[in-house]
Order: sequence, then C-alpha cells, then structure tokens
Amino acid sequence: MQKVNIIIEVNGKKISEAIEPDMTLFDFVRAHGCYSVKCGCETSNCGLCTVFLEDKPVLSCSVLAVRADEKRVTTLEGLQEEAAEFGAFIADQGAEQCGFCNPGLIMNALALFREIEFPTEEEIKEYLSGNLCRCSGYEGQLRGIQDFLSWKKEKGVRA
Amino acid sequence: MKTVNQSIRKKDAMQLVTGQPVYMDDIAPKDCLVVKLLRSPYANAIVKTIQTENAMKLPGMEAIYTWEDIPQDAKRYTQAGQTYPEPSPYDRLLIDRHVRFVGDVVAIVAGQDEKTVDQAMKLIKVEYEVLEPLLDFHVAKDNKILVHPEDNWESLCPVGADNKRNLCAHDESSEGDIEKVFAESDVVIDHVYHTKACQQTMMETFRTFCTMDAYGRLNVVSSTQIVFHCRRIIANALHIPKSMIRVSKPRIGGGFGAKQTSVCEVYPAYVTWMTKKPAKIIFTREESMTASSPRHEMEMHVRLGATKEGIVKGIDLYTLSNTGAYGEHGPTTVGLSGHKSIPLYGKAEAFRFVNDVVYTNIMSAGAYRGYGATQGLFAVESAVNELAAKLHMDPFVLREKNIIHEGDVMPAYYGQVNTSCALDKCLQTVHDMIDWDHKYPVRDMGNGKVRSVGMGMAMQGSGITSVDVGSATLKVNDDGFYTLSIGAADMGTGCDTILAQIAAEVLDCTMEDITVLGADTDSSPYDSGSYASSTTYVTGKAVEKCALQLKEQICKLGAELLGCDVTTVEFDGKNVSTGAKRISLEDIATASMCGHSIALEATVTNTSEISPPPFMVGAAEVEVDLETGETKVIDYVAAVDCGTPINPNLARVQAEGGILQGIGMALSENITYDALGHVAENSLMQYKIPSRMDIGHIRVAFESSYEKEGPFGAKSIGEVVINTPLPAVADAIYNAVGKRFYELPITPEMVAMSDKNV
Amino acid sequence: MVTIREYKKSESLEEAWELNQKKSNRILGGMLWLRQGNNVIQTAIDLSGLGLDTIEETDKEFRIGCMVSLRELEQHAGLTKYTGGAMREALRHIVGVQFRNLATVGGSIFGRFGFSDVLTMFLTMDSYVELYKGGIVSLEEFAKSKPDNDILVRLIVKKEQVHFAYQSVRNTQTDFPVLTCGAAKLADGSYRFAIGARPGRAVLFHGIPENLVTGTNLRGSAEYRKHLADVLVKRTTKLLDEANMTGEER
Repeated sequence: MQKVNIIIEVNGKKISEAIEPDMTLFDFVRAHGCYSVKCGCETSNCGLCTVFLEDKPVLSCSVLAVRADEKRVTTLEGLQEEAAEFGAFIADQGAEQCGFCNPGLIMNALALFREIEFPTEEEIKEYLSGNLCRCSGYEGQLRGIQDFLSWKKEKGVRA
Repeated sequence: MKTVNQSIRKKDAMQLVTGQPVYMDDIAPKDCLVVKLLRSPYANAIVKTIQTENAMKLPGMEAIYTWEDIPQDAKRYTQAGQTYPEPSPYDRLLIDRHVRFVGDVVAIVAGQDEKTVDQAMKLIKVEYEVLEPLLDFHVAKDNKILVHPEDNWESLCPVGADNKRNLCAHDESSEGDIEKVFAESDVVIDHVYHTKACQQTMMETFRTFCTMDAYGRLNVVSSTQIVFHCRRIIANALHIPKSMIRVSKPRIGGGFGAKQTSVCEVYPAYVTWMTKKPAKIIFTREESMTASSPRHEMEMHVRLGATKEGIVKGIDLYTLSNTGAYGEHGPTTVGLSGHKSIPLYGKAEAFRFVNDVVYTNIMSAGAYRGYGATQGLFAVESAVNELAAKLHMDPFVLREKNIIHEGDVMPAYYGQVNTSCALDKCLQTVHDMIDWDHKYPVRDMGNGKVRSVGMGMAMQGSGITSVDVGSATLKVNDDGFYTLSIGAADMGTGCDTILAQIAAEVLDCTMEDITVLGADTDSSPYDSGSYASSTTYVTGKAVEKCALQLKEQICKLGAELLGCDVTTVEFDGKNVSTGAKRISLEDIATASMCGHSIALEATVTNTSEISPPPFMVGAAEVEVDLETGETKVIDYVAAVDCGTPINPNLARVQAEGGILQGIGMALSENITYDALGHVAENSLMQYKIPSRMDIGHIRVAFESSYEKEGPFGAKSIGEVVINTPLPAVADAIYNAVGKRFYELPITPEMVAMSDKNV
Repeated sequence: MVTIREYKKSESLEEAWELNQKKSNRILGGMLWLRQGNNVIQTAIDLSGLGLDTIEETDKEFRIGCMVSLRELEQHAGLTKYTGGAMREALRHIVGVQFRNLATVGGSIFGRFGFSDVLTMFLTMDSYVELYKGGIVSLEEFAKSKPDNDILVRLIVKKEQVHFAYQSVRNTQTDFPVLTCGAAKLADGSYRFAIGARPGRAVLFHGIPENLVTGTNLRGSAEYRKHLADVLVKRTTKLLDEANMTGEER
C-alpha cells in the first residue's frame, strides 16, 4: 500500500500527514481527536458522521481522506459556540436523549440554517431526512429547531 | 413540588449536544486490540476443522480462539440480562462447535488493528459439516431437527422448557370457563396475528472494551443496560470468579432493550483475560442487524367472545413465539403477550392464555421495548377493533364499556389490584384531541387519497413484581453537595436526571447540588438494571427512601453539633435548626470530615410487591393513497397515564420516540429470511426505520393517576409507549381500504393490491 | 469496506483512461456504492481535478460534467426551470442532503443502477453521454449497454419544447424506489416515459409504455410494479396535460 501525503485543514488547523489511500475522512478526523463524529452504519444511510467539507455537509464515512487534500474540514469541535447555542434548544426539549446522533444532526441543521435562514417545517424535514434518530421520533427535535428559529428571528428584530 | 414534575434539562444534555467524547469508543484506550468475530455462513452446522495458522502469521495478529479452546462439555450460560436464576435457559458456550444460525460465532479474532483482523478473517479456513436447518417456527415443536440436542443444555427455572422438543418454554393459565363463554357469546372474533423480529436499531451498535486493572482484575466498559447481570454473564461464559470482574458503563447511544442482553461483552472479555491486553469490539451495523437480540417474532391466535352490546366476555390467546437459536428472554417475553393485553378488558368472565416458545435456526431474539406486550396488544386490540366494526360500534364507545378501572382486580395480571388508573381519561383526551367524531372512520380527500383514523389501548408494567431490585447511595460531600450513586443505566432515557430530581425534591436542594454516578459494579449499590420499565418506579423509590434516610443522618450530626436532641431539629435543605439556633449543611459536611463519626451517607434498596401498569391510548390519522398504497401517519395522538411524570419533557420524548418505533413496526420494519436462513434486512439500507419525512406529527398528552407505591406517584413510561401504534395504524388502514391485515408490516403493496387478491 | 492500494488524482483524461484499462483499477465517483462490499482496488482514479464539476447551460443544451453532485443538479436554477421541478422531485428522496452532496451524476449514470432515479430522469430528457473514447452516445443506448472501461466525461441534455413530470413510489420516503416514472410531453403532443426500479434498469418508451418487464425484489413484486407503472403513467400524463393547458411549469 502506497501512502499519500496530504494536508487537510481540520477546524482551522492544518494537518500534514502520510495516509493510506483507503482511509476515510471519518477515520481521519477521529484519529485527530474529533470524537464528536460518530458512525451508525456502513451504508451511508444514517447521517451520524456528517462533517463540513468546504462548508458543505457530507458523510465523512463515504469520503476518502485523500480527496480532502488541501481542503477545509469542519466538525462540531470547530463549531462549539454555535453547537451550544442551537443545542440548548434541543436540550430544552430533552430531545437529545441518547445523544449519539446529535453531532451529525446539529452539523446538518447548522448547514441548513446557513443555506436557508428561516426554513419551513417541510424544508427542515427534507433537509434533515438523512439524519436518522431512533430515540426522539423527531418531534422533539422539530420543536427545538422551531424554538431556535423563533428565538433567532426575535433576536434579529431586536438587534 | 420544586424539582419533581418539572421539565429540567438532562444533566448531560449540553455535553451531548456539543459532541463531547463520552461514549465507549471515545474513551477506549488507543492501544486496544481490535476484536472481531468470524461468523458461520450456515444456519446449522458442525465445525469439522478450523485452520488458523496462516491467519496468525500476519504481522500484528494477537490471537485466534476457536471451539478447540473452549471446553464443550462445560456449563453453558445465557446472555440474557435477568435476575438469577434466569428464566432463560443456559444454552450457550463462548464458542460452540455446533453453530446454530447464520452469524453464530466460529472464532474470536484479535489483532492490532482493523485491517489486520479483517485480513486474518479471510485467511481462516473452516470446514463445516452442514446440517439441515430448522427455519419455520410453526413446525419447530417436536421437529426431528433439534436446535439444542446437547446434554449440557440446562433450564434453571420451571418454565416448561425441553430442549429435546425444541421448547424454550411452555405455559398455560386461565380463569373461568372460556369455552362456555364463547358458546354464550353473540359474536366471536377468531384470527391469527403475526409480528416480526423487529430490530431496536439504536444508533450506537453493540460495543465493549476491556482492560486489566491494578489488581489483576478484568475491567469491562460496555454500552450496557445491565452492569450487574453482565458481570455474572461474563463470569459464567469465561468460567472465572465474579470477584475478578468489574463492569461499568459510559454514556450509551440507545438501548431499547437490545443492551439488556450481553451480546458482545464476553468476546473482548475473553481476549483481555487470556492476553492481559486491552481489547475492544465494535459490532458493525450488519452484525447488529443479523446477530443481535431483536424482538421475538410471534404468532398469536386470538379468540374473543362478546355480547351484541359490545361487552367483551372472554379472551382466549395462544401465542407461538420464536426465540431463534438461543433462548434469551424467550420464556419471559411471551408471558407479556397475554398478561399485558387481556387485563385491559375488565368485564371479561374468563380468559385462557397458552403459549409455546420454540427454538429455530435463526438469530436469537432478545428484549425489545414492550417485551411481548407489543405483540400481544397488536393481536388483542386488533381483534377488539374488528369486534367494534362488526357491531357497527365506535371503537372508543366499545372501549368505554369494557375497560378496567382503578380498584378492579385483574385476573390475567396475576390477580393484582389496579392501584392507579386513568385509562378512562386517556380515552376521552385522545378522542377529543384527534377530533375523532369528525374524522372517524374515513374522509375522501378528493385526490385519490383518503384520510382515516384508528385507535388502540395499551398497558405495561413498572418493574418485575418481587424480583427487580433498585438501590441508591447518597452521600454529603464538602461544601454540602451530594453524590448519588446508582446501578441503573441511563441510556438516553434521562434516568440520571430523573433520579436526581427525586433526590433534590426530598433534600430540598437544587439539581446542581447533586452529582450522579452511574452504573459500576464496583462502586454502585446493586440494581437489576434498566429494563422492564423499572428505573423510575423501582430505583426511583429507592432514591426517595434513601434521601429521607440521609436527611435523618444530616439531622443527627446537626443536632450533635448544635448540642440538642435530634427530635428537636429540622432540616430545610440549607440548615439544620432548632429554635433560633442553626447550622448550615456546609458546616455539617465539614464537621463530618473532622472528628465526628456519624456517616453522612445512606444506601437504600427497594423492591416492589406490585408492578403497577402504566396505561395509554393512541389514535392514528393516516393518509392512504388508494392506488399506490402509500400510507403515511399524518397525525398521531396519544394520552399516557404514567402516574406523575417526574420530568414531563423527558416523559414526552420517551412517548414520541416509542410511538414512532411502533409506527415503523406497523408500516415498514420487516425481517425476512431466505431458504438458507440469511436475513435480507441486514443494514439501514434494507431495514427501514422511519425518517423524519415519514411522519406527520406526534402529539402526546398526560393523564396522570397517582400511584402510591411509586416515587411521588410515578409509574413507568419507557415501554408502554411503543404499543398502541400497531393496532391503531392497522385499524386506520382498514377504515381506509376496507381490508384487515393480520400481519405486520403493512406495506404499500399490501394496501394497494388488497382488492386484487380478494 | 473496500481496499484501495493506490490513489491517483488524474491530470488528464488520457491518463485516467489508460489507468482504467486495467481491470483492478477503478474510477471514483461519489464513493457511496464503491465503498461497500469487500472489493480490492489496485488504483483508484480520481477525476476531481479535471474541471468536470460544472453545469453549463446554453440555448440549446445543458452540459453536465460527470463530477457534478446530485445536490448541484437538484439546486441548479436552469435545470429546475427546464424540467419544471421534475429534476428536483427525482432527486430529493435520495437518502439525504449529505449523501447527495457526494454522489456524482457520472457515478449514478455510469453505474446504470436499477434503482436509479437519476437514470430515470435523464432518460426522460433528450440526453446523451460523452464518452472519452466512445464519443457521444444517446443515453437510451448507453443505458442498455454493459459497463466497460471507457470514461463518462459529461452528460448532454438537448433542450426541447417539452414539459416534464416525475413521480416515484417508495416504501419509506428516503428508501430506494419501488418504481420510478419520468414523463415528457413534447410540442407535437407525443409522450415519452422512462420507467425505472422495475427493479431492473430504467427503460425508455416513446409513447405509452407497453410490455413493461418488471421483477420482484424485497421492495415489491413484479405484479405490484406493473400496477404502479399504470398508476404513475396515468398520473404523470394527467399532470402533463394540465401543464399544457395552463402553460404552467410542472
């Protein structure tokens, strides 16, 4: 196996390393301490491993780390303030429950909010449909998201 | 009440939403050996020879264990997390030469990393003597193929098990003359219902790591609901003393009963015990779907007799349960199919409940939220819905005529008295919330789609009567903060928070004043574990009692410090006072650590002689595309009587989550086997749990009775919530298309083609 | 999990093509299907440095590079307008946004997957594939052919006076389809239908589908699929006829 030299910027920090060509981005970011990133399947179905690659949400389990060479990768470790701000609304519903799917959900929700500032219920459901959760039945997550959006709207008006 | 019945954030919430490293694989030592299992491709076979030499030559390989390393005539064990002596038979060996389902363990393979182990697995050569498998559970009893022909098979409890008949359990119970009731009934509903071996599908798969500790003991850190049972299971599997094992749990990424069975722990435990090196196992999703602990597939024959006025006079249920290759939870799940469905009907004069649990050569079943009640309630509630339709009676009206009430004796629930029950209010609330009278039975939406409604009721238990044990230890630390130690397992349910709420209520302190330490066999007081809807009710009561006892200790030392008699002092959460004199908790705590011998610590153990049922009513509004058969639950309304909800937010999300799991079971979650015993639904690509686009809204209300035996009036909620969607959705579909379905899931194809099959 | 021994980010199509002639080498698409299974790949060939990730629109056609993601297709204003939203409808059920940010149109089309919404939708349009050696071939023809060692460089969609509609039936919303149906009504009033997830590869019908061959898999029986084809053809036809009458985009 021929190792490949790459430089990936993870949460603002450039990491230079020689890696095996079939290493996934999931394994790469976890190997560099980004333990928020989780894996729930082997078939690209669950959304738990969501990270941003050049600001786009992707399944890190399905990206070869070599393909992230010279690119920016963001995990929840790099978005702690936003995660806490939005996550508090999920927490206020108790909808984080086991918590295992939360980092992926929160990453993708943050991506949604960047793309559509105030998404409708249908837009929320469709955008986040690739984030599976078995605890919540999704309803508490939806309430948390909508409460967050209301809060954001109000804050925007006040500002 | 200050903290009980308050929607307080979970104590770990912000850690979880910000993605902190708190799960098993986040905290496992980096130098763990990677453990994987070589699994049988055959449903029934004997390992003739197994060659591991080539695999062991790979650099980085540590060990490969096969049946040759495991005494085949030794005492067997069960992986079921149950109180000893377990009703589940001792039918497993760590590695058995006789493999009994596709996925059964052939070898334990350990090496330095995943790649090495994967490569090694390919190099192990196994020669099998392939035997004919027994795959159809209808013909399993007394079949010539025996799943467990071995003589060291053992059943510890009188559950009617007989391995020479493929019987994992058999039971019969009855009251009154059921045949006479049927003879006198105006209507008899008589059908067979079938539910599949659905998967819990928690997002975190099964996983464990093990290390050796400073005393040469085996330290097991596992994603488990049952640390104490797990210790026994490992001891039994490895044939080592329990004193040499410590089991603890980190945060758990969901359980739903799956992790009430020690599906994966024994394998890395064996590797670490043998090599003295850290080792970990992480099941793939495929392993979690094919070699785990799903729901018991059941077939239920219901006969239900009623008067033409709609009074249910008798229920006769025969349940055939498929435990698969091993008997985990087989003898106990089946009981709930009758004992937690039949008692809902308080006017019945007779019941009969007979069941068989059989072995087959498919993956072993286990415990899944609802635990048999889910299956039984689908059958009985569907039969009652059919009765209502036959009598042209609104199903709510029929229920109102029949339900049990507070104070009633429940003959089919072991003769227990119904001590707390708001089932009548639940019916009313759901009826009104979903606007039943306007929507029942069906409305044509004019676009090829119809909207219809259906309903169902449910009950469960709160812990296992006179079996489950919950304990709590509370101590006062410097500055006067408390540590609450428990052996119950928070698996996302929030029990760490709920139990702290109970303690805070009694101790009159804030939630921040209490830290919770959860589930470690070395340091936690004994607890049977988090299952059987027991934690809030059984352990919660232990916490309440413990906090009261600790209060006495605080008062005792406070009185000593104040120089007065203990009977004259009061503790208000901050100070112990007598008349105008007082001393703060902080000063008492400080004093306890300097020159005093009164322990500011208490441990209380609790068990309950009753298992008060929580009750629930649910109604589904579905939209059905009559041509394509696509069915979506657009609104699900439920009312739950869980007694006092200790934390209404957490109770609500439990209900919402359970309801969607039930909807998944009703509409999309399927398990099918091919002729050789391979599961088709072996991934999240093939086993379809609902996504958020598959559900409209779920709305939950609470109608709380007050259970005197529970902490602050609480009963359980974790399991009852999964039960109502199955009959409710099925009846809604009947109201949409005019055909009844007796098997789940009800797929779009079944709905669309229903008129064509007739 | 797939094993990859070497990784090569190609500097030219010629270089990629030459590498791809070796059976053990593979061109990477979105990696979503390739990663599954236990294949061993000698050299993984990455085309992502060749500027093939753009959608160009002219008066006459769309030129869509093979590395364009499904998400980009779904969000492209020109394609949305041209297909009257049918493109978006065809793609929005595929697993999730994160998946569609990775999956490439080249990977989807080259794979000629039976379950493919993408293939169904493109067949519905007047589509062509540009192969590095094979030149421009109609998608209809390409869809019938066996995968070889050529490289799918881009898709070309020729613009027509046309209305499109797309519908699928799924057991759950983000599952593979049980049946897909893309429909087009041309200026002369004639129809074109592509039916996919039969469960075999999508096939194109010029006119109302006849003698549709369906099969059975986990998601549905051959008989149910036949029934669904009738329903979806009827429904998309109705949508198109209404669109024609009102001049609305569908």
